[in-house]
Amino acid sequence: MGGLTTAMFLFLIASGLSLIFGVMRIINFAHGSFYMFGAYLAWQAVQWLHPTGGRFWLAALLAAVGVGILGAVTERLFFRSLYGREELYQLLFTYALVLILGDAAKFIWGTDQLSVSAPPALAGSVQILGTTQPLYSLFIIAIGPAIAFALWWVLNRTGAGRMIRAAQMDREMLDALGANVATVYTVTFALSAFLAGLSGALVTPIQSIVPGMDVLIIVQAFIVVVIGGMGSLWGTFWGSVIYGQVLSFGILIFPGFSLFSVFALMAVILIVRPWGLFGRPL
Amino acid sequence: MLEVSNISKSFGGFRAVSGVSLTVDTKQIAAVIGPNGAGKSTLFNLITGHLQPDSGAVRLDSRDITGVPPYRICRMGIGRSFQRTNIFPQLTVFENLQAAFLVHYGRGRNFWSRADALYRDETDDLLALVGLVGQEGTIAGVLSYGNQKQLELGLALASDPAVLLLDEPTAGMSAAETHETIQLLQRIVAQRGLTLLFTEHDMEVVFSIAQKIAVLHQGRIIADGRPEEVRCEPEVRRVYLGHRLMDAQRQ
Amino acid sequence: MTVAAKKKVLRRRVATAAALRSRAISGRIPWTLVIFVIMATVPWVGSRYDTFLAAQITIDALFAVSLNLLLGTTGLVSFGHVAYFGVGAYVCGILMKTYEVPFSLAFPAAGLGAALFALISGYFCVRLIKLYFAMLTLAFSQIVWAIAYKWNAVTGGDQGLPEIPYPNLDWMSAIPGCGDLSIGARFYLLTLVIVAVSLAAVHRVVRSPFGRVLTTIRDNPERAAFLGINVRLYRLAAFVVAGGLAGLAGALYGIFSRGVFADYVFWSKSAEILIMTILGGIGYFWGPPVGAAALVWLNQVITDYTQYWSFVLGVILLVLLFGFPGGIVGGLDLLWQRVKRLRNA
Repeated sequence: MGGLTTAMFLFLIASGLSLIFGVMRIINFAHGSFYMFGAYLAWQAVQWLHPTGGRFWLAALLAAVGVGILGAVTERLFFRSLYGREELYQLLFTYALVLILGDAAKFIWGTDQLSVSAPPALAGSVQILGTTQPLYSLFIIAIGPAIAFALWWVLNRTGAGRMIRAAQMDREMLDALGANVATVYTVTFALSAFLAGLSGALVTPIQSIVPGMDVLIIVQAFIVVVIGGMGSLWGTFWGSVIYGQVLSFGILIFPGFSLFSVFALMAVILIVRPWGLFGRPL
Repeated sequence: MLEVSNISKSFGGFRAVSGVSLTVDTKQIAAVIGPNGAGKSTLFNLITGHLQPDSGAVRLDSRDITGVPPYRICRMGIGRSFQRTNIFPQLTVFENLQAAFLVHYGRGRNFWSRADALYRDETDDLLALVGLVGQEGTIAGVLSYGNQKQLELGLALASDPAVLLLDEPTAGMSAAETHETIQLLQRIVAQRGLTLLFTEHDMEVVFSIAQKIAVLHQGRIIADGRPEEVRCEPEVRRVYLGHRLMDAQRQ
Repeated sequence: MTVAAKKKVLRRRVATAAALRSRAISGRIPWTLVIFVIMATVPWVGSRYDTFLAAQITIDALFAVSLNLLLGTTGLVSFGHVAYFGVGAYVCGILMKTYEVPFSLAFPAAGLGAALFALISGYFCVRLIKLYFAMLTLAFSQIVWAIAYKWNAVTGGDQGLPEIPYPNLDWMSAIPGCGDLSIGARFYLLTLVIVAVSLAAVHRVVRSPFGRVLTTIRDNPERAAFLGINVRLYRLAAFVVAGGLAGLAGALYGIFSRGVFADYVFWSKSAEILIMTILGGIGYFWGPPVGAAALVWLNQVITDYTQYWSFVLGVILLVLLFGFPGGIVGGLDLLWQRVKRLRNA
């Protein structure tokens, strides 16, 4: 995947992580697991809808909605009872989810690699600027900003979205104003899970579905959100772009170095400006 | 002893404290009063290094202590209690005070002795002074509000300060508890020759022990002087709305 | 957290602390000595596998106690503690394997190396608030992992350092009864003694004035500062001590598992050790070692039946979070309190 494709694809995933952090002030380690479930559910949906494959978009939507519901249920049944507790316990809960969901996926779908073919409309490649680019990669690059704008619109122009932003800024005030903060939390969690599931589903044509993809992705999403700024939509967007560039240039210049450099970048940001490029000091 | 000169602090566009100057002489008891939001706690935070002033200075015995970090200000001889009780909730009452002594006597770097065994006498004395005898083994977090305030005072006193800053020492207390606290404060101040600066909402407390009162309103000092003078200032009466309250205290 | 939420957390924590205040579970029997003796007899009484398990428990106990110095005593939540474990493992492994340095030098070097790295990384970490502190510790830990994974020349890269030699333990033949023991068993006994001494030292530190100051920082850093404590400096000191001890544990582990590999340093190991510590009970000195024993034992038992150990671990963690926040030792202490009350009634 090119740097820009990686970037936009990471943005899709990281946006949900950033959203949860902005509102609930926790890092959801299980976000990667939701992503993985989105991929697996998309594959499963494709199997159900048409045995020989097809109906990609419907499958992706079903997968995303499925994961969204999973998120909502998790929040209501378990997470809610942890709100009064220390953040460490909330974080550990999300980690428990990682452990459980990880093995659940292995149990349900086995350990073999699975894949989903791109929808016929986007299956080919195209000549751009002298290079051949797979159409699907271009699609991912296009959908990044599209989702960014969609999210921006939801958060700024809808009532529900504004509640979410209000909860981000001042929970106690929102509560005092009589808004149902509990519902806001559930909706935020569900939306975040939906985004994770959607990214998981959309990535299946270009990346095989394997156990362990949850762990691999959460680290990257985490770095992106740190760089861009937790809770900031545009921060996440530009953070993904920067991360994508650092990674791809790093691989070109000094292959062994790129892994080190992304973590070093994360450390530098935390030392110099912990709330990220676009975030606000807590 | 303690001199605040022309100190200001803004948060964003909001001027919390504006050109405040205040002097407290050695062994004097001074009070800062003012309506809620006047900037009293901010002023205290500026004096004790929890906040950096935008301009102005704080001097202790002619030493400039503006913006010095809190842990060093404490070592210079200023003790402080906080508005929201600030104790060590998982330690016992005894351990709370003992910890203060450990630090005061510079044992913090001691890796080897048993902390339990040190400064037991001093801790017992201080317990008696603040009236917490019998509560040694209680976990501080489950103490009643009044007892927590006493412990708070004890912690401030353990570092043997020359200047004591108390932020609303009788907040939330009943009339009886307030009376006891006033008497305790007077005793301690006299016994140890302390300089005391405190903020309060309870006018009875203020007028009964303060030798000097400064009135803060919207970040500015609007009156400063002996209680009798301040009480008569029209500006002060206006600001406090209930000047009937001030009259009532006269009896 | 909201003010109301903070109060609730405090009330719950304080109530737990109040209920679990009894110092000795039983004052008369020197339990720690008993357990030490029992563990020392394993090479004779148990199988080779039992010795293997006991060694793992012993090393993990030291690692977990070092983490609890941060978590339970100072209130610092570190997600990257495995970094220092890894530095210690690599330093000792590289010195012993590549440079044939004797264990008696390589081992302390590992501790010092880890402590030094803790000093450098800790300097940056302790200036941050809780959340960013946790994230930066994670970042440093992943940096260590990235270096271990890629620096083929020194660390062996993704191949790691297999076949770390055992130290020369021929001198142990002189000790009565040890003549027939295999090198593995001898190393286990050496490990047991080293860890026992280290734990005793940490116990002393936690009960010292320095340790008491750390607990004030845990309970209320703002208040601690206004007692005259340089909070950052003390946090850094705790961080360095904890890091050094983790490094020692890592050095032992490298020899014990006959190799040092990059995935020892992956962040999931930090999570594992965190779970171990909390499983045992962060409010107690002996909590983490109990957690280590419990988790190692559970791992062995469960993996015999199923490959889904992660799932089981996740469930254990859930039960812990929702049912037994005080951990195993916390639960036992509560039980003991109830028994005492029934007896006195």
